[in-house]
Amino acid sequence: MRRYFGRKLLTYLITFFVAATIDWMIPRFMPGDPIAVLVAKTNGISSQSAQYLVDYYNNLFGLNKPLPVQFLNFWSSLLHGNLGLSIYGDGTPVTQMIMAAVPYTLALLIPSILLSWWAGNSFGALAARRRWLDNTILPVGYVLTATPYMWLAIVLSFVLSFSLRIFPLSGGYGFNLEPTLTWLFFTDLVAHWVLPFMSLFLVMFGGWAIGMRNMIIYELESDYSRYLAALGAPQGLIRKYAFRNAMLPQITGLALQLGVIVAGALVTEIVFSYPGLGHLVFQAIENEDYFLLQGIFLFIIVGVLLANFIVDIVYVIVDPRTRVAMRGGTA
Amino acid sequence: MSLQVSDLRVYYRTLAGDVQALDGATFSIADKEIMGLAGESGCGKSTLGNSLIRLDGRMKYVAGSVTLDGNSLPVWDNDGMNEFRFRDVSVIPQYAMSAMNPTRKIGTMIAELLESRGESYKEIRPELMRRIDLVGLQPDVLSRYPIELSGGMKQRMVMVISTLLDPSLLIADEITSALDVSTQRAVAETLVSFRDHGFVKSMMVITHDVSILYQTADTILIMYAGKLAEKAPTKTIIEDPRHPYTRMLISSLPEVGVRYANKKLSGIPGSPPALLNPPTGCRFRARCPLAFDKCAEEPPFIEIAGDHSVACWKATRADA
Amino acid sequence: MTAATGTPTKPGAAADDADKNPTPPAKRARGETLFFALRSKKFLVSATILLVLAFIAIFGPLIDSTDPVAQGGLPMRHPTLELGNWFGSTYFGDDVFSQFANGLRASFFVGFLGGGLAAVIGMGVGFVAGYRGGWLDEILNMITNIFLVIPTLAVLLVITSYLAARGVLFEAVFVGLFSWPWAARAIRAQTFSLRSREFIDLAKLSGRSGWKVILFEIAPNMSSYLFLTYILLFGGAILLAASLDFIGLGPTGGVSLGLMMYNSVTYGAALQLGIWWWFIPPGIGIIALVGALYVMNVGLDEIFNPKLRDI
Repeated sequence: MRRYFGRKLLTYLITFFVAATIDWMIPRFMPGDPIAVLVAKTNGISSQSAQYLVDYYNNLFGLNKPLPVQFLNFWSSLLHGNLGLSIYGDGTPVTQMIMAAVPYTLALLIPSILLSWWAGNSFGALAARRRWLDNTILPVGYVLTATPYMWLAIVLSFVLSFSLRIFPLSGGYGFNLEPTLTWLFFTDLVAHWVLPFMSLFLVMFGGWAIGMRNMIIYELESDYSRYLAALGAPQGLIRKYAFRNAMLPQITGLALQLGVIVAGALVTEIVFSYPGLGHLVFQAIENEDYFLLQGIFLFIIVGVLLANFIVDIVYVIVDPRTRVAMRGGTA
Repeated sequence: MSLQVSDLRVYYRTLAGDVQALDGATFSIADKEIMGLAGESGCGKSTLGNSLIRLDGRMKYVAGSVTLDGNSLPVWDNDGMNEFRFRDVSVIPQYAMSAMNPTRKIGTMIAELLESRGESYKEIRPELMRRIDLVGLQPDVLSRYPIELSGGMKQRMVMVISTLLDPSLLIADEITSALDVSTQRAVAETLVSFRDHGFVKSMMVITHDVSILYQTADTILIMYAGKLAEKAPTKTIIEDPRHPYTRMLISSLPEVGVRYANKKLSGIPGSPPALLNPPTGCRFRARCPLAFDKCAEEPPFIEIAGDHSVACWKATRADA
Repeated sequence: MTAATGTPTKPGAAADDADKNPTPPAKRARGETLFFALRSKKFLVSATILLVLAFIAIFGPLIDSTDPVAQGGLPMRHPTLELGNWFGSTYFGDDVFSQFANGLRASFFVGFLGGGLAAVIGMGVGFVAGYRGGWLDEILNMITNIFLVIPTLAVLLVITSYLAARGVLFEAVFVGLFSWPWAARAIRAQTFSLRSREFIDLAKLSGRSGWKVILFEIAPNMSSYLFLTYILLFGGAILLAASLDFIGLGPTGGVSLGLMMYNSVTYGAALQLGIWWWFIPPGIGIIALVGALYVMNVGLDEIFNPKLRDI
């Protein structure tokens, strides 16, 4: 058990190290001179001010020190939770801005992931059972899973917010409200949350439903299913086993999909100007706020790694085979 | 008579047409009889075994009847057969190693299987424990998952499960092919002991390896290209085979009781005919050293002596 | 009976089929595959959609040769039957159909190249890891796992944001460089299971080098699987590129379906002004393209894998 998780943890630590190093390397080793790019993007300034800006940025990134020192400095401030200051946020620490945005992103991600996973698997299993459901859910599922998250968000926003005015247009809560612990604020929060949640939920739902439907068909062809059928077990029992076993790859699938799902949340938030990380990413890009962008990047990496680790733990709890293998490994 | 099969025909549906994998089988298995069913791969022996318990998706029942203990088995009706499966006819599949649900404890799986068939796990459990002990497994296997068991253990566990309801007929399909020699012997002995203990009334042991039948079977049925070739007591098949195919099959084995490691019956030149459009007459004709004009007609599978049936013109005549 | 479904003339040869047959099992009759392909609704529907889209991508820009980003035409025109205005025009007066057709072209390009690059890397890593095993496998596995958990879009965000000028080619390459890990993992597993088969041993015994065994024995036997993998990578690359475009890191000065959505929502006020014909086509285009690829993947799987067919 310890060996298994130790190994996983090591992979994740290395991953974080690699990601952080990429983060550090990009401004320094990208082809071309990123500082020059930054400066060039500032239109119509004199060469003197340009030189001043170059010096300023070099100093800011610590680029005037030897590379190993730069690398150590980077890690030192990273481990102190210092991701620099945000240009977009007028000098607010990046960490602080990210922390303010994270709850919104999590409020979208966690319910949409869990609910879509549950609903998609249930419908997928149903589809494998009845032909007419198979013929309806399957095409819908393929359309949904091929839908770009942002497009569904755009369409939902256009139809339900802009045209029918059922939901508020954008943001995390109304412009006229202050975050308070009141019922009014809460309902407003929920009203703003529904559409981004729906966009994420629907696209993911399609993917899980199809995945489950295809998995279960494989399981129904497996040896243990045939043995049960040969011993006259009713379809109900065979399907129950197939469903349970088909769930396991779906859990692994969740881990594999995390990156895509997070990306989906980012673009969805952009459509709705929902004040989570995606919105922040968008602002960072629009305002060329590289500290903020790189900070968010590291933050997303850590979040995805954590989520992966949670999935690993859940998988071990759910699949007896991994537990047995581990018992054998430690014995 | 425990099992009576008459003129059973089961074809395989393929794009090119029906493959006549089992083309008219008529035989019987007596109470307490262990019948070995042997032949090259593709001769239809597994089709025969499957058709007695569950036709898979591509098999098509064409004709014939099966009677077990006086009851007619609706082999063409998947749902109708359910009542008979496990209780009257059971199977130890050739995929015994992977026959158990990998994510269920073995005991739980057995309990759920029994309850789903309307049997009480609680009542059967003492007998289950007795049989687990009999095949040399520990009682705690029931609280284990299949991957915790070795191949041989899984094999024995499946044998116990399949025979738990004391079926009248047990079909053991190539159950030894995945095992090493010593385990094979143990499995064969276990099969015999199951019969001796009365767990099963009669048995059909399907194998491509005739030598395994020497120590197990009372009688042996040889199949060739979808047809029955010869059936006789084991001793007769070994010592006095009448069908030329049986003779070649037996003589191609090095020595009685010695396993002929997993090889094809390469001693016989030629290969069996394709069963998509099988030739008329005797299907062994093209490979048979004794073939003559009469073989263009199909030889009937008839009894030439007590308990000894052969489908060969020469054999019949020699005895007459 | 497992193997019996593959070779219907040999029922019951399951357990010993693999070790007795030195010839690769993949050599099933081509005719049979074709027959099932023409009978598969999934395959036919998806192939038709893909052909139509490919037609639009190839000939659309030739038929309607309006410059997609000229910004010269009448703004916000509703779609009409008039050539050059089939899908209406944008807030800036661009021809939406011309943008759509050119964007579709870019999507095919990104899928083809990005998916292709990912497939090549995935195959390289998967084959070597699965075939060689040992420490090389351990290392490649570790690398694969690292790339697998890093959210691709996040990396691309950081990388592309530093590029002043971005082309479609660049986008395709970056997308390809970061979307291979799952393919590598799947191919590794397949290679691993093929490695111990007898015909591979035969090839090894006859003195063929590792690369030759991989290229001439293993890869052909997995060809259908590899093709299915490529289809999925193709679709994935298109979706990923569209997200990147939408965040504002798409090809600079180019046209793509993702950029159409980006421009319509962020700059063109398409939601506020109700210019639905601007953002609807790119979405439909991507859904049709990627959806058809996914359906084709399943359809082909059923065609190649007899276990999934129902006769």
